[in-house]
Amino acid sequence: MNITPHASPYLTDATPVPRIMGQVLLALVPAIVAQVYFFGWAIVSSLGVATLGALVAEALMLKFRRVPAAPFLADLSVVVTAWLIALSLPPTLPWWMNALGVGFAVVVGKHLYGGLGNNPFNPAMIAYAVLIIAFPAQMTRWPAPLALQSAPPGILEQLLLPFSGGLPDAMSMATPLDTLKTQLAMPRSVDAVRQAQPIFGQAGGRGGEWIALAYLVGGLFLLARRIITWRVPVSFLGALFGLAALLHFLAPTRHADGLFHLLAGASMVGAFFIATDPVSGPTTRRGQLLFGAGVGLLAYLIRAFGGYPDGVAFAVLLGNCCVPLIDMYTRPPSFGHKGERR
Amino acid sequence: MAGLFKFFGGVHPPEHKAQSTRLPIARPSLPPRLFVPLHQHIGNHAKPAVRVDEVVLRGQMIGEAQGRISVAVHAPCSGTVRGIAPALVPHPSGLSDLCIEIEPDHRDAAIEARPLDWRGVPRATVFDHLRQMGVAGLGGAVFPTYAKLAGAPRVLDTLVINGAECEPFITCDDLLMRERAAEIIAGTLIMGELLPARRVVVGIEDNKPQALAAMDAAARQAGGAVVVVAVPTIYPGGGAKQLIRVLTGIEVPTGQRSTELGVQCFNVATASSVWRALVRGEALTHRIVTVTGNVREPRNYEAPLGTPIAHLLAQAGELPGTTGFIMGGPMMGFELPAAEVPVVKASNCVIAKSAALFPPPAPELPCIRCTRCVTACPAELTPHELYWFAKSRNFGKAQEYALFDCIECGACAYVCPSNIPLVSYFRFAKSEIWAREREKNAADDARERHEARAARLERDKQERAEKLAAKTAAAAPPPPSSPASSARDTALVRTLSAPAAPVTPTRSPDEGASRADELETDRARLRELAEQKHEHG
Repeated sequence: MNITPHASPYLTDATPVPRIMGQVLLALVPAIVAQVYFFGWAIVSSLGVATLGALVAEALMLKFRRVPAAPFLADLSVVVTAWLIALSLPPTLPWWMNALGVGFAVVVGKHLYGGLGNNPFNPAMIAYAVLIIAFPAQMTRWPAPLALQSAPPGILEQLLLPFSGGLPDAMSMATPLDTLKTQLAMPRSVDAVRQAQPIFGQAGGRGGEWIALAYLVGGLFLLARRIITWRVPVSFLGALFGLAALLHFLAPTRHADGLFHLLAGASMVGAFFIATDPVSGPTTRRGQLLFGAGVGLLAYLIRAFGGYPDGVAFAVLLGNCCVPLIDMYTRPPSFGHKGERR
Repeated sequence: MAGLFKFFGGVHPPEHKAQSTRLPIARPSLPPRLFVPLHQHIGNHAKPAVRVDEVVLRGQMIGEAQGRISVAVHAPCSGTVRGIAPALVPHPSGLSDLCIEIEPDHRDAAIEARPLDWRGVPRATVFDHLRQMGVAGLGGAVFPTYAKLAGAPRVLDTLVINGAECEPFITCDDLLMRERAAEIIAGTLIMGELLPARRVVVGIEDNKPQALAAMDAAARQAGGAVVVVAVPTIYPGGGAKQLIRVLTGIEVPTGQRSTELGVQCFNVATASSVWRALVRGEALTHRIVTVTGNVREPRNYEAPLGTPIAHLLAQAGELPGTTGFIMGGPMMGFELPAAEVPVVKASNCVIAKSAALFPPPAPELPCIRCTRCVTACPAELTPHELYWFAKSRNFGKAQEYALFDCIECGACAYVCPSNIPLVSYFRFAKSEIWAREREKNAADDARERHEARAARLERDKQERAEKLAAKTAAAAPPPPSSPASSARDTALVRTLSAPAAPVTPTRSPDEGASRADELETDRARLRELAEQKHEHG
């Protein structure tokens, strides 16, 4: 193709890709701080392993694809993927599982589809899906909040947990969503479970509810910076809340309330950081509303009726499958074509 | 005036207008040579109306309008014609075109002014006068003004005069409105009467308070029939379709002209040249050009058409570090192949580029579908998808996604975080589609020509055979001079009189050619035969 090297426009006001990605990383910091505060320092090691693994995998794939590595490593997109993976895994997961997931996401999820901008699926959710299918036991073994541990270890020890071969039983605890699912099957009522189990907090999970709020803060920052738009997060959270609230109203003993579901599991990170991924998401305004709502509904359905404690990852991946179709059918009429039937 | 409307999208690039509005419009000195192109407008080339070494006066016609859409070209100064030859013209591809080279004699002798009592003559005469005076749209498209005026329906609802001037750096319309508002309003009123139009609105972006004030005062003084409206400053608010949308709320449907909806749009400078042509009797020989960018004294010049850009740049004081020249604005303009190209009717602005003003573009990265381009596009297109289709040469899909509604304003590329030259991709796709259509049309024409020829040959054959058969029947039975050849000749006559087989378009051209050759030999033989018979008879 013969593209004139420099034709008009000669002016640009672009926010370069690295700056966009940098702001996404910045928006994740509050949640990381909250995670450290409530669950300990293991997440820092986990983030480090994921970042390193992602950069190595990215550099190797760029080399194999004979693409200049420097601009693509510097665009920080692979670091965003790495951080989102680390934040969705149990922070104490053995380091090699973490690296494996990251490697799979970068190599298969991203580069085999053509690299940045060409992946139909959210690479971070690919990693999560692969790991939870391959290592279900380790992937559901989360550390207990530090406040609930009888003798929490020192910082160094916490940092080394991912390299120690496994989380000691004394330090682990099922997540709120997991607990709810198993206890409801006993069967017990939602209220009874939430009162009896210390993992539950004021409105969500203990500690977890604050991390969710930290993601909300980060998400609002991205909205204010116009890195993301409101459509996907609002429709996602709205649909999730709406369905949860409806079922809670119909069967309060079987379904937790809407607020709990907004603050539990991956709802907030999913709504603001995962489902808003522009590459694997829809691009039309109507399509974004449809996509967000669909993913929110699916996430709740998988949570409440599926085999996994949380459903955000699978809901996003299923949503990604529908994106080309959504984009095709929701393209708005262009200037001069209003009132035409398509 | 009812409230204003909005159009979707748009961007706010830095204006860079202040530097060239500090000084009034100046008359530049005459260059040693002027190169006046004969094709400065949309439509047919003007035909040279002078000879080499002929002495011309200012305002004298040197190029005659030809065909339905065309305007005349005039000498912008008195002097001697030194050549009529192709010379470099302002075009992104560095094309040459026929120019009339004039050596000024600095006497500034002009032909007699030819004002027209435009109210007292038929409309057609007025339009012809505008054509003869070379009046064409000065907003950029350079469409012959008479053709646009004549093409309007009986009564126009709104005449829109475009003083938006939305592109950065350009200030020629701003200065014209500040200094010659009365002229513009007078021209506007003439156009409003000629069309005629029920109402006349001038749209000016609100970043030009002085122009707005001057125009408003002039409009009031002229009786208040013209309404001057401040429109929000947003690029590309000066696009005809965008301005019409803002002022009237009408969204001109694709494939239709605004005229069909009762709206027409002319640039302010065009209005002024209409007034000059009809009231002052002056041809369009000068235009206001903004000379800005990396120059010591950015300002506007009323330049004679044909003045080399380099001459204007020298007057403005081109500074060291200039890396090139843009004609037009930085959003839609193009880089000039050389500074020797002349000022033409379309030249609103010349920008001297420097690395500080226009840093080289960052390397292109993959599209991340962030849809900033979608949000910026005033045509409400999906540039990220058009880019994908253009890149993969999926031109059918590109057209389905309304590629040809793209006005190439550059808003998408302006906001692209991956530095993708989106407009270049769209220009590429458009030109490929045009090239393919040309090829297809050429092939269709060739096929039609071939079919017509084959049909003609068959028809000729049949006619001749019929004539011959008639003749043979009329003549007495021929004496058997040579029985063998005679029998063969009768057979030949019979074959040729038989009804021709229908022409099938599927036949290959080679087949057709060989059959035509056969036919020719047969015909020659028949002619011989007929002559022999006459002799015998």
